[in-house]
Amino acid sequence: MKSRMLAFASVGALALGMMTSAASAQTELRMTWYNDGIEGEVMQDLLDRFEAEHPDITVSLDVVPYSAILESLPVQLAAGDGPDVARITDLGGLSEHYLDLTPYISDPAYWEENFGPFLNWLRPAGDDAISGFMTQMTVTGPYVNRTLFEQAGVDLPGDGATWDDWAAASSQVAEALDIPIPMAWDRSGHRVAGPAISMGAHMFDADGNPALVDDGLKEMTQRLYDWHQDGTMAQELWGSVSGSTYLGANEDFANAQVVLYMSGSWQIPQFAETIGDAFDWWAVPAPCGPAGCTGMPGGAALVAMAGTEHPEEVGILMDYLSSEDVLSEFYGRTLFIPGHLGLAQGGIDFDTDDPRASHALEVFAGAVPTISPIAFELQGYPNNRVMFNALISRLGEAIVGELTLDEAYDRMTQDVEQQLAEQARDN
Amino acid sequence: MADTATTERRTLWGFLTATRGRGRLHWTDVFTYLYLFLGVVLMFGPAVWLALSSFKTQSGLLEFPPTLLPLGQIEVEVEGYDEPLLLFDVTMEDGSVRQLAQIRRVGIVAQMVDPAEPDVRIDVPIDQRTATREFRVAVENYTDPLERFNFLTFLQNSVIVTVVATLVTLLINSMAAYALSIYEFRGRNAIMLLVIGTLMIPITVILVPVYLVVTELGLVNSLWAVILPGAATPTGVFLLRQYMLTIPRDLIEAARMDKASEWQIYWRVVMPLAMPAIAVLAIFSIMWRWNDFLWPLIVLNRSEVYTLQIGLNAFQGELNVQWHYVLAMTVVTLIPVVVVFAFLQRFITTGIASSGMK
Amino acid sequence: MAEIRSDEKRSPLITLAAMPMRAVGAAIDPVFKTAQRVVGIGGMPYIFLLPNLCFFGIFVIIPLFINFAFSLTGGTNLFLSDRAYVGGEQYGFLLECENHFDTSSCREDRFWRGITNTMVFVVFQVTFLVLFSLITALILNRKIKGRGFFRAVFFFPVLLSPVVVALIWKWILLRDGLLNALLVSIGLERILFFVDPNWAMFWAIFVSIWAHMGFYTLILLAGLQAIPPDLYEAAEMDGTSKERVFWRITLPLLWPNMLVVIVLALIRGVQIFDEVYVLTGGGPGTATQFMVQYIYNTGFTNQVQNFGLASAASVLLGVVLFILTLTQLFVTRRRDRG
Repeated sequence: MKSRMLAFASVGALALGMMTSAASAQTELRMTWYNDGIEGEVMQDLLDRFEAEHPDITVSLDVVPYSAILESLPVQLAAGDGPDVARITDLGGLSEHYLDLTPYISDPAYWEENFGPFLNWLRPAGDDAISGFMTQMTVTGPYVNRTLFEQAGVDLPGDGATWDDWAAASSQVAEALDIPIPMAWDRSGHRVAGPAISMGAHMFDADGNPALVDDGLKEMTQRLYDWHQDGTMAQELWGSVSGSTYLGANEDFANAQVVLYMSGSWQIPQFAETIGDAFDWWAVPAPCGPAGCTGMPGGAALVAMAGTEHPEEVGILMDYLSSEDVLSEFYGRTLFIPGHLGLAQGGIDFDTDDPRASHALEVFAGAVPTISPIAFELQGYPNNRVMFNALISRLGEAIVGELTLDEAYDRMTQDVEQQLAEQARDN
Repeated sequence: MADTATTERRTLWGFLTATRGRGRLHWTDVFTYLYLFLGVVLMFGPAVWLALSSFKTQSGLLEFPPTLLPLGQIEVEVEGYDEPLLLFDVTMEDGSVRQLAQIRRVGIVAQMVDPAEPDVRIDVPIDQRTATREFRVAVENYTDPLERFNFLTFLQNSVIVTVVATLVTLLINSMAAYALSIYEFRGRNAIMLLVIGTLMIPITVILVPVYLVVTELGLVNSLWAVILPGAATPTGVFLLRQYMLTIPRDLIEAARMDKASEWQIYWRVVMPLAMPAIAVLAIFSIMWRWNDFLWPLIVLNRSEVYTLQIGLNAFQGELNVQWHYVLAMTVVTLIPVVVVFAFLQRFITTGIASSGMK
Repeated sequence: MAEIRSDEKRSPLITLAAMPMRAVGAAIDPVFKTAQRVVGIGGMPYIFLLPNLCFFGIFVIIPLFINFAFSLTGGTNLFLSDRAYVGGEQYGFLLECENHFDTSSCREDRFWRGITNTMVFVVFQVTFLVLFSLITALILNRKIKGRGFFRAVFFFPVLLSPVVVALIWKWILLRDGLLNALLVSIGLERILFFVDPNWAMFWAIFVSIWAHMGFYTLILLAGLQAIPPDLYEAAEMDGTSKERVFWRITLPLLWPNMLVVIVLALIRGVQIFDEVYVLTGGGPGTATQFMVQYIYNTGFTNQVQNFGLASAASVLLGVVLFILTLTQLFVTRRRDRG
């Protein structure tokens, strides 16, 4: 009899221990987060301070791998098991799950004024909801290894240089110094979109429907294809994985194996850490095409979710995090380009004494006004990832020779159509 | 029917006479040792390399050719400079090699100083210098993430999941196997067919439906969501049943004569006899649960219920994979596996060999 | 074949565990005794089966039905009641080809490439897996020093998670990885293993063999040790050559175990996913993208999470696996009789 009691007691204790969160007077908020660098630590600092100021609210930071943000979070939100707040990158695609914070924040006008253009990315339906703010604004653009240029005695192409100029200069440097990879691009449709728009791609037809493949896009993809064939770009980056898998060349660039690396502003903190002053990694303005010289804007946003049971507290939290001095500290310490117009204008005091990092931050922040309206529209389009994925996966298959370029174009169009049609079945 | 005593003697005898034999080596002897040598290199080498790499600094990981041991650049204090400076081996114009500390680098020229004469600045082309390094272990790869996260919570969750799930699995699987192997009853063949039919369905393809079920049961973000779905393993039932079939019926009949209840027969007679097979299942269950990643990632999204595998994989960012952390955390998750293996390897290998997996 | 080995010395662990175990058993006994009084001995197997079948039904059978229902619907909604019924459209979409011998003429070319890749993978992987498992088992069955150690060495990777297996090898095979460093140090060119489709497939096969070989080796080793030693002794007295002994005695007696190994390896081969997904990401192009990865990508990684199409593909995969499993059943049955 005694042993039975014991068994029951221990099972009960175990069960209790495994039940989640006990009831308490405090309101608990959950924030789902992913990390590229140190931003999680900075956010944790800010949250600690927030909790000190608001003893009745606790905020738990749940750090997940980025793949969970893309793959698991949508399923969790759809099932009603999502967090209160999440850092996401699929800005428009998840908008049906967002909470409109307007009634819960103290000064909606402040939000409109400072986050205006980005708020639109979060509300593809065209309403006037306020759901969150950008934890970082990103701009795509190239970095060059300026030390290699100096050693090879090649001048950096100046303002207004085209992609062809940069490709030629990089190849020249690589040849002179025996560098294996003249040029590397992140394997990402988002990265290709900016240069394609520079070449005259429109991305949408006259009615605003997605029209991925046009002459402008073909101009760029043909070049990318050729560069892979003639060795300007290395097969290994785009050729070595399938589908829409992202791959960066940051390690090769940091190892001085790459002359020009097309990536974006988010690499700055990492390069400052891994390269330091080993060579001059230098951000340069987006190269040009006939239709302009644009990169793609982008970034991650911290948004409130409609499934929350504590909208008031979420409002208080978002008010705190979006306030000017808190955000300024966040951007400054993480070396992120501000997604806050006031701070962007006033300038951020970035926490770095690396001249290369400061220069790169200047270049990317300065590139924001030159971004093409098409690029902004594409970034705000809720299904843009459908387009990016179709673009990069089919282009990748063409580059490794599984498809011809023309077949790849047909497949891109087909992929986009099919996925949009599948989505249209919901109604 | 292998008799233990003869096996022992054979092994011992074989050990003593291994190379004497007929006095010359058959080609298979040479091949055997060559194969075993290669096997050790190929099987252990990669894991050892991973462990070594996990102690390198972030920039050390990027080096090519990679160094065998983790190295770090030496820093020296030089008079007149506040920060410690990095030390380099520099080939001078006259061909001699000196150790200089670098003040700063400007373009392709490095401004350097000899630590012994801090007043004299020397300009050196950067391709004439190589970093002076010493053996240094980047322990921060381990300590940083472990400090940043509730490592103990994750560990505790992983242990709870592994232990509870394994106990549940063992209990219900062995009960089912007992029923399927000892009794004749209607529907037995149908159930066996069901078990075997689902033996091979990978959970990956039914992730979403299982998630829906778990949501309906309100289990999301509870450890039960990880423990329960995989408990009724068809593999386990199959393995245990095959083994229990070999248990002599007389033993069970004798127990019934002694008025033992069916539960007592199961618990006191069959279970002890099936121990080797149960041990195999236990070990597999522990490994499955400990290594489980895809499923917990979907049902657990609150850090207090994270298992180690999720917590330690949070280093996979959108744009940067932080290799130095990934490697270190991989080693951390490996440690318990290695420990379990070291203690139980005899049990595992002989267990599988003697269980019904044949 | 009935054989209960008593050569395991009782480890102190087990003796220690036995005491609470007995207490737990005694604690549960009354519950079952009551049940036995109600249903009688004839009803007891159902009672014993009940817990397992409950779990099985809830977490396997019901999801399988939901999965099938999903395959008849379209859209992106998660809950079945919100989804649009589309009949067999998803199947039609998967199976639509102008020419079934040319995967690029199919509507869903990736599905078909997944199938052909899986077939190539399975053929090579199973062949070499069985071959190397056999060689390893034969060698470990010899009278060698430190047999226990070597057995452990070959078994060790079985315990690693697929993600770890892939990471370990990826770290070696990268452009700046260990293997390329070795190649360069002996004066060869670097090889970009993940760029060449053939190399990528080679490493996918190699790594999966590396990870699973130990398990199959042990099954074969068990078979080898069950072969009565007097057969060998008799052969040795007759002066039969080692080669002949292998072909005439070892292989025929090992054949039942070989069959099990082959079928198990086949089924697992068709299911291949995690290791290769982390190792090659399915590339280059789609060269190492297999069936399960296609399903995973379709249902999860695409922005429009297409559960309907993914479910339809998984139902088709299920049919294939079911046929393979039936084959296994047939094979084992025949073996048991023979």
